[in-house]
Amino acid sequence: MKSKLNLNPALIQQARASAEAIAQEVQGFIDDHTTVTVERTIARLMGIDGIDEVDQPLPNVVVNHIREGGGLETGVAYWLGNAMVATGKSPQEIAEGVSDGSLNLLEIPAQNRSEVEAVVGRVAGDMVTRIRQNRQTRDQMLTELGEGPKPYLYLIVASGNIYEDVVQAQAAVRQGADIIAVIRSTAQSLLDYVPYGPTTEGFGGTYATQENFRIMRKALDETGEQVGRYIRLCNYCSGLCMPEIAAMGAIERLDVMLNDALYGILFRDINMQRTLVDQFFSRVINGFAGIIINTGEDNYLTTADAVEEAHTVVASQFINEQFALKAGLPEEQMALGHAFEMDPDIPNGFLLELAQAQMAREIFPKAPLKYMPPTKFMTGNIFKGHIQDAMFNLASIWTHQGIQLLGMLTEANHTPHLHDRALAIENAKYIFNNCRDIGEEVEFKEGGMIQRRAQQVLADAVALLTQIESDGLYKTIEEGKFGGVKRSRTGGKGLKGVFRKGAGYMNPFIALMLGGER
Amino acid sequence: MSVQQVDLANVKPYGDTLDDGMVQLSFSLPVPYGEEAREAARRLVLKMGMEEPNVVNAMDLGIGYTYFIVYAKCQHSINYNAIKVPKVEVERMSKEEVEEFIEHQVRRDVVILGACTGSDAHTVGIDAIMNMKGFHGHYGLERYKGVQAYNLGSQVENEELIAKAIELKADALLVSQVVTQKDVHIKNLTHLIELLEAENLRDRLVVVCGGPRLSHELAKELGYDAGFGSGSYAEDVAAFVVHEMVERKLV
Repeated sequence: MKSKLNLNPALIQQARASAEAIAQEVQGFIDDHTTVTVERTIARLMGIDGIDEVDQPLPNVVVNHIREGGGLETGVAYWLGNAMVATGKSPQEIAEGVSDGSLNLLEIPAQNRSEVEAVVGRVAGDMVTRIRQNRQTRDQMLTELGEGPKPYLYLIVASGNIYEDVVQAQAAVRQGADIIAVIRSTAQSLLDYVPYGPTTEGFGGTYATQENFRIMRKALDETGEQVGRYIRLCNYCSGLCMPEIAAMGAIERLDVMLNDALYGILFRDINMQRTLVDQFFSRVINGFAGIIINTGEDNYLTTADAVEEAHTVVASQFINEQFALKAGLPEEQMALGHAFEMDPDIPNGFLLELAQAQMAREIFPKAPLKYMPPTKFMTGNIFKGHIQDAMFNLASIWTHQGIQLLGMLTEANHTPHLHDRALAIENAKYIFNNCRDIGEEVEFKEGGMIQRRAQQVLADAVALLTQIESDGLYKTIEEGKFGGVKRSRTGGKGLKGVFRKGAGYMNPFIALMLGGER
Repeated sequence: MSVQQVDLANVKPYGDTLDDGMVQLSFSLPVPYGEEAREAARRLVLKMGMEEPNVVNAMDLGIGYTYFIVYAKCQHSINYNAIKVPKVEVERMSKEEVEEFIEHQVRRDVVILGACTGSDAHTVGIDAIMNMKGFHGHYGLERYKGVQAYNLGSQVENEELIAKAIELKADALLVSQVVTQKDVHIKNLTHLIELLEAENLRDRLVVVCGGPRLSHELAKELGYDAGFGSGSYAEDVAAFVVHEMVERKLV
């Protein structure tokens, strides 16, 4: 593809090389460590589900039991495998035994290591097969039903009640939505467990639970059949339970997950060591399950300025890309994020925005870029808001974005009403249809404002990445270079849940998913 | 000219002629798209007390629901003269004026803590007030000479905010609440005041809340010194805080 922005390919290569080095430096730490949520994920993937009499999820019960006994460094897979060989019970039966106090995993005599590895390998293999089948089911449904044209129309539901969400989601699909995202309840990212069962109460969203995933998946499959296109389901794989949500999504055939390497650190004040370890396993799972990840660079622009800080978005996209590649996630599954957050009062703000959107397209040609609508400068004037969203839609179709998170005219007022979504879809469809090939027809002036803007942002991003490469990622975050948010290496939530792996540590899923046949 | 003809004791909506009462409405009904749906919308607007409803647009929402845009004439009027709205009563000041006021009247640094408390993760508002950059060309408190501004960010527990206030010897607390679903902000804001009172700190601090759904009236009701809605900038909050400090002899 010929660059419409006259970007220097050598600079892009240089940025990528710096980002690779940045990710590589941290990867050593990631490989040497595990976390409580990584271990709970392994427990879930080995088949443990359900809650105890005080609503504590059994994966938490088992992991806490091993942690309190001082055995977490060996990994939950080892202790479950050891108990399986010794008792002949399934992981679920063992978890129930731990919960009712009849089993103490750390007191069971050590069994033959190769037998332990064999039983762990068998249950892990069963789960991996199941997830592979989900992937095949999705591919088959996509072939049979087809899908909407890109950019996919992405709409959120956020009623707090999964059954109400179903009604709203099905309506959105009938109006034209391609992706339905169920926004999570506002504080879920800080819970160090995943709630259980169907839920009907939430704040600003609906809890992500495996049962809620199942309910929405079924509803979207049904409506998808009726409207004749596959409907993707999206949730939020972030916070203190990143890999657990990934596992639940892989098991229930979700298609898209918000999943950023740095977002939790910056915007939820989750400890950076914790997030870096968690994001790796979550992305290994998402990569294997064929799930598209949405990264969260768009959030930088809600706290920092879209003109001054555009290069931090690009730099972060490069870093997110490299972390994702390390987790075996192909470019086609990387919906790198950015946002339409220019102050509407800036002269030629739309041209600057167009430059940045086109730049992301050219730098990451295979990625289904996720484009976020205006939020920061939405005012409550719904009529102006509808036009801001129209401008956003125009920039998107012009620059071939992959996933269009539709802007709501009532943004800044309330979570979307039924007809807000209908109006948003009508707006997007009108502009996408009317300007379908504008990107092929219109070129940018050589040396003009748009080209110069893109070249400048890229040059600034390269400089920032070079700086990060020499400082290291930790220091960069400590200094507040992303989104203007400063986080310390030992601050934030969840550090207590990080453990160095010991001798004999076992996580069968990394090898099966990262190296295994898809 | 036309202003003189307005009867402020009987104000009605204006479309293109004084007192025509013209309003625009839009809403959805859980009934299938069609003539019956339009008629249902029309009758509902009549029941709202409107005259001559005109359903100018109806849209099929796809699940047996219909969306309408309706124009109608409102029969009611309002006595504008009788209206009193409690507002933050402080003269508007610029950043420089606030800085000067601190230098001469407070004569020491003012310590201001800001946070999005409870489960609220939306920092847009508190960032606009606190951060160096500010919003829409209005610098945030971090840039003010004579102000030590600490933005604690999102999802800060009330207890944590109070602990920080003691540690940093805060003069003022700014609490931002954006999420208002199921009135979660009311509970959260009330809780903070209760904790401050229990700690005997309430009288020693200027306590202010802000957010798109917060009025000064509601803030006062909840025990705050002031409430700032959307459209407020750092200098508005700062002006209130420094005046309040001087007035209550907290300097």
